[in-house]
Amino acid sequence: MDFGLAGQYVLNGLMLGVIYAMVAVGFTLFFGVLDVIKFSHGDVVMVGAFVALATFLGLQDLGVGSSIALILAVCVTALAATAVLGALIARFLVLPLRGSPPLNTLLITLMLGLALREAVRLFYPNGSNPKPFPALLPTDAWSLGNFTLRADSLILLAMGITAIVGVHMLINRTRMGLAIRAVAQDPETARVMGVNFERVVMFTFALGSALAALAGVTNGLYYNEINFGMGLLLGVIGFSAAVVGGLGNIYGAILGGFLFAALQTIGAIWFAVPAYKDVFAFAAVILLMAWKPTGLIAEKSAERV
Amino acid sequence: MLQRSALLFVSLLLLALPAAAKDSVRIAFIGPLTGGVSANGIGGRNSADLAVRVRNAESATKYEYELVVLDDECKPNIGVQVATKAAADRKVIAGVTHYCSAVAMGTVDVYHKFGLPVIVWGAVLPDVTSAHDYDEVHRVNGTMINQNEVAAKFMAGLKYKRWVVIHDTTDYGKGHNKYFSEDIAQQGGTIVGTFGVTADQQDFNAELTKIKELKPEVVYFGGLTPIGVRIRSQMEKLGIKAVFQGTSGIVSDAFIEGLGPLAEGTLAFREGAPAEKLPGGQAFLEQYRKQNYADPPEAYGAFAYAAANLIIDAIEKVGPDRKKVMRELNATRDHQSIVGPVTFDDHGQNTVPLITKFVVQDGKWLVWEDSEYAKGKRKLPRS
Repeated sequence: MDFGLAGQYVLNGLMLGVIYAMVAVGFTLFFGVLDVIKFSHGDVVMVGAFVALATFLGLQDLGVGSSIALILAVCVTALAATAVLGALIARFLVLPLRGSPPLNTLLITLMLGLALREAVRLFYPNGSNPKPFPALLPTDAWSLGNFTLRADSLILLAMGITAIVGVHMLINRTRMGLAIRAVAQDPETARVMGVNFERVVMFTFALGSALAALAGVTNGLYYNEINFGMGLLLGVIGFSAAVVGGLGNIYGAILGGFLFAALQTIGAIWFAVPAYKDVFAFAAVILLMAWKPTGLIAEKSAERV
Repeated sequence: MLQRSALLFVSLLLLALPAAAKDSVRIAFIGPLTGGVSANGIGGRNSADLAVRVRNAESATKYEYELVVLDDECKPNIGVQVATKAAADRKVIAGVTHYCSAVAMGTVDVYHKFGLPVIVWGAVLPDVTSAHDYDEVHRVNGTMINQNEVAAKFMAGLKYKRWVVIHDTTDYGKGHNKYFSEDIAQQGGTIVGTFGVTADQQDFNAELTKIKELKPEVVYFGGLTPIGVRIRSQMEKLGIKAVFQGTSGIVSDAFIEGLGPLAEGTLAFREGAPAEKLPGGQAFLEQYRKQNYADPPEAYGAFAYAAANLIIDAIEKVGPDRKKVMRELNATRDHQSIVGPVTFDDHGQNTVPLITKFVVQDGKWLVWEDSEYAKGKRKLPRS
């Protein structure tokens, strides 16, 4: 394998990794702050992508031409819409079930995911067909042998990494972040200290869901195609990535996301039938879980979230 | 007194009988109405529905037909469930069944067990009719054997030499891989790589990076629209300039909608001909428009329409009895339909050899001979 080809594989893997990591960070945030697993997360990714597409089509009809304004508007709307969706999920589905067994939260979010998916399929015009997602970013490409570097991939990669770093800073450097960490560590004490528990939980869900929307938009811009079922596998992969990295730990989620992408890429190169790559990646995850049941970066309660 | 009133009652009953409506007979339609290939399923459903409506409106029709519509979601497990549901309903006399080959394969045993005669309207895997001796299963459309023969000859005629095959790992994709690989080898073409992928895969960059290194002239894709759209658009991103050659599975408006201008120059092959070029196609399209269905008949609508009509003809002739209808269908020879004359062989396979070559030009699937590519005004990529 020549150098250019290897570089191409690495770039492909990195792009996948950054999408997975964004989804995984959401899972880890929710688990960290409230010990819940929100299985509708993958479908929130999909909703984010569809909101972005709808916004784009709407703005195009209004005649908005400038690409930078357009992409900003698309991103902001998608992020805002899913942030509200996330907060609503927290307020009306997750918080009321706090006292009941965790299985109930898991089930209700699983059902919500199904409802979101079917709603898009049924109510988005022609929603059961794959939708072309506009290429809003510059498509300049530089080729060096077998290696093709595209400007849009580079921008998406930078955008994803910035978003994850941003979330990390928000949690570790701001007052709201302090409150989130307090709730994660001990909700009762945090309440006694005057932290508005419900607000913090809703904010965390909004934050995680906005990140999911960004993953959805990235996905759309990268593949130029979205469909109502895209969240299903993304959700499972994001969850596996978060678990293998250590549920509740942001670094773990990032590590898990890139690790899963690397496993898939290696699987696709190794096997004559690339369809086995998911089998390979998930099998590797099972082995890792057997070796380190708490994840690669084990959660310490004091360092949650 | 009692006797007399009883007599009156019976005679009244007898009087009432001729005035009653025609006996109702149920026909099942099964296809993918939700999921990635639902556009084709809904087109087929509408077309079968159209056949039933048209025949019900005719006064000469002996029975009142009722279409029982079931969704197989293009998933074999769901397909077996709904096939069992249809077959277990004794009022259902026959079925117009399945677009997806994997589902059609999974359900043949069900139809045999319950003795329900069916006509497949879209699945193209040869095994659906050839791999068993069940008298219940028929098919109006051709198979992928015919399709790939024509495809290989045509592509060799365009002087292409190096292929890469991507196929999904369902029976459908594997079948296409098998038949195309055999046919193209006979035509002197070389397959430099074969890639089996899952039918719901999102990311093909790793496979396509490998493919880029193999430098094929043509990427042959054996699979359905959703991943066809993804593979084609990701090819572009990696700068692979090969011709994209598909199968009947991508001949749908959804393929073009999903890709936009990128669909230009895509080749595909399908049994039969476009509806407007079929023997009874114009009339079919006209009636279809009159019903104001929200969705187009898509590529296989005409076959679903022909299948439903074959069944109705058989029931009209021998009455609503599964066994008799099955025997009647098995004996079909040169039956005139909108897809041309239908003749079922020993396996219930229509022997129609007609295959049409398609190319996407300006956002439309055009018959190759009518396209600017055939006239030399536009050129397919050469690498």
